[in-house]
Amino acid sequence: MEPKIRFQNVSYFYGDRPALRGVTLDIPPNAITVIFGPAGGGKTTLLRLINRLNDEVEGTRMTGRVLLDGQDIYTPGVDVPLLRRRVGMVFALPLPLPGTVRENILYGPKLAGVRDQARLDEILERSLRLAALWDEVKDRLDDPASRLSGGQQQRLCIARSLAMEPEVLLLDEPTSGLDPISTGKVEEALQELKHQYTIVIVPHSVQQAARVADYAAFFLMGELVECQPGRDLFTTPRDRRTEDYITGRFG
Amino acid sequence: MSNRHRIQRLGFILLGLISLIVVMPILFVIGNIVVQGIGAINWEFLTAMPRGGMKEGGIFPAIVGTLLLVLGTAVVAIPVGIGGAIYLAEYARDTLWTRILRLAIINLAGVPSVVYGLFGLGLFVLFLQFGVSVLAGSLTLAIMTLPVIISTAEEALRAVPGEFRLVSASLGGTRWQGIRYIVLPQALPGIITGIILGLLRAAGETAPILFTAAAFYLPRIPRSLLEPTMALPYHLYVISTQVPGMPPRVQYGTALVLLTIVLSMNAVAAIIRSYFRRRREW
Repeated sequence: MEPKIRFQNVSYFYGDRPALRGVTLDIPPNAITVIFGPAGGGKTTLLRLINRLNDEVEGTRMTGRVLLDGQDIYTPGVDVPLLRRRVGMVFALPLPLPGTVRENILYGPKLAGVRDQARLDEILERSLRLAALWDEVKDRLDDPASRLSGGQQQRLCIARSLAMEPEVLLLDEPTSGLDPISTGKVEEALQELKHQYTIVIVPHSVQQAARVADYAAFFLMGELVECQPGRDLFTTPRDRRTEDYITGRFG
Repeated sequence: MSNRHRIQRLGFILLGLISLIVVMPILFVIGNIVVQGIGAINWEFLTAMPRGGMKEGGIFPAIVGTLLLVLGTAVVAIPVGIGGAIYLAEYARDTLWTRILRLAIINLAGVPSVVYGLFGLGLFVLFLQFGVSVLAGSLTLAIMTLPVIISTAEEALRAVPGEFRLVSASLGGTRWQGIRYIVLPQALPGIITGIILGLLRAAGETAPILFTAAAFYLPRIPRSLLEPTMALPYHLYVISTQVPGMPPRVQYGTALVLLTIVLSMNAVAAIIRSYFRRRREW
C-alpha cells in the first residue's frame, strides 16, 4: 500500500540545535503509527511538520522533504490552512476554545465556509459520535466547553479535529493529563477511528505505545532508531537501544 | 487572644486605616463639588446657552463640545489604537524597528499634555490649516490618547493564552481568523478598559484643546468640524480664572457636570469589564 505520509531525509533545526537528523520514515494509511522515545527526541517536532504548525515558530530551518499522498507539502504555493484541514491535530493538554461545545466543534467547519445549518448539525453529531462523546454531551451542546471534565474535553478536542473531516489525525500525548478510565476511552475511540483515518500518535508511555501501535517508530535524540509493525518492535526489537528503552533500562 | 492573633488584628486595623486615607480625599473632592454645585443644576443650566457674561444661562455648548471632542477622539484613536496593538502583539517580530516603536509609545505616554497642545497647534491648526476647530482638537486628543489605548490593548492581547492561536491554526484558521474569532473577543474587556481610560483623559484635559479647539465664548453648537467649540474643562478654567465676579455656584455646577460625565464613563467601563469577566473561561 502507498504510504500516506513520507519523510525523506528530514533534518530540522531550532537555531543551531538539531531536533531531527536525517529522518526517513513512511507512515501507512488507515493504521495507528506510534512515534515514541525519551523526551527531547524530536517527536513533537516530527508531528508538527506534518501539518506545518512549526511554521509558527521563528528561527527554524528544515532540509529534506515531507510528502502527503506523494505531494511535497513544503513546496511554495501550498495552501497551509487547507493542509491543516486535511491533517487534524490534538494537543497534549485538552485545549477547548472559549465558547460552547457546539462552537468548539464547528469552529473549523465554519472557517472552511460551511454555512448550511443542517450540514453543521450533521457534522456536530457525527464528530462527537466518532470521538465517543455524543452520549455524554448531547444534552449539553450549548454549555461552555470548559465545564466538561478533563477526559471529555480531550475527546472534544479529538471531535473538533474530526469535524474538519481530515485524512490524517495527529495526536501529541493526548492522554497525558487524563485518568486511566478516560485514557481507555480515548484509546478505544482511536481503535475505531483508524479504519477511516491515518493516525500518528506520540504516546505518553511505552505501555500505551505497545497497546495502540499498528506501527511503531522509536526516536532517540532526533534520530529514527527503527520502525516496525508494533507487535514485532515490542517483542523483537532489532536495535539494542530500542530494547533497552522498552525494557525500562533507560528513559 | 493569642499574640499572633493580636498582631494580625492590629495589621487589619492598620490596613483599613490606610485604605481610608486613600479613599478620603476622593470622597471629599466629590462630596464638596456635589454639595456646592448641585444647586446650580437644573434643566436650563444643562440645556441653555450661556448669557450675561457666562454668569447666567447654561453650559449647553460646553457639554456638547466636550462630547463632540470625545467622539472625534474615539473615531480616530480606537481603530488606530487597536490596529497598532494587534500589529505589536500578534504580527511584529522583535526587531530594532519594533523596539523603537515601543519606546516611542512609552515615551508618548509620558509627554505633558500642554506639549500635545502645542504640537496640535503646529501640525493641525497651522500647517494643515484646520484652524482652531473640533477636528484639530479631536486629532490632538487622539494622539494623546493613543499610547494609553495601544499599551493596554497590547497587554490584553498578550494575556490571551498562546495555545488558542495554535489551536485555531491547527483547525485551518489563518492567523487573522484566529485573532478575529478567538483572541480579540477574549481580549475585549481589557481593550475596552484601555479605550475608556484614554477617552476619560481626553474628556478632562484642558491643555491639548487650549490652542486647538476651545472657544472662550461661543454660545452655539459648532456647525461643522472646522469650527471651534466650547468645552467643559476649558470653560471651567475660563469661568474660574478669567471672569471676575463669577458666582461659585456656576463654577461648581460646571465641575459637577464634567465629573458626572467622566465618572459615568468610568462606571460603564467597570460594568463592561465585569460582564465580560463573568463570561471568560480561562
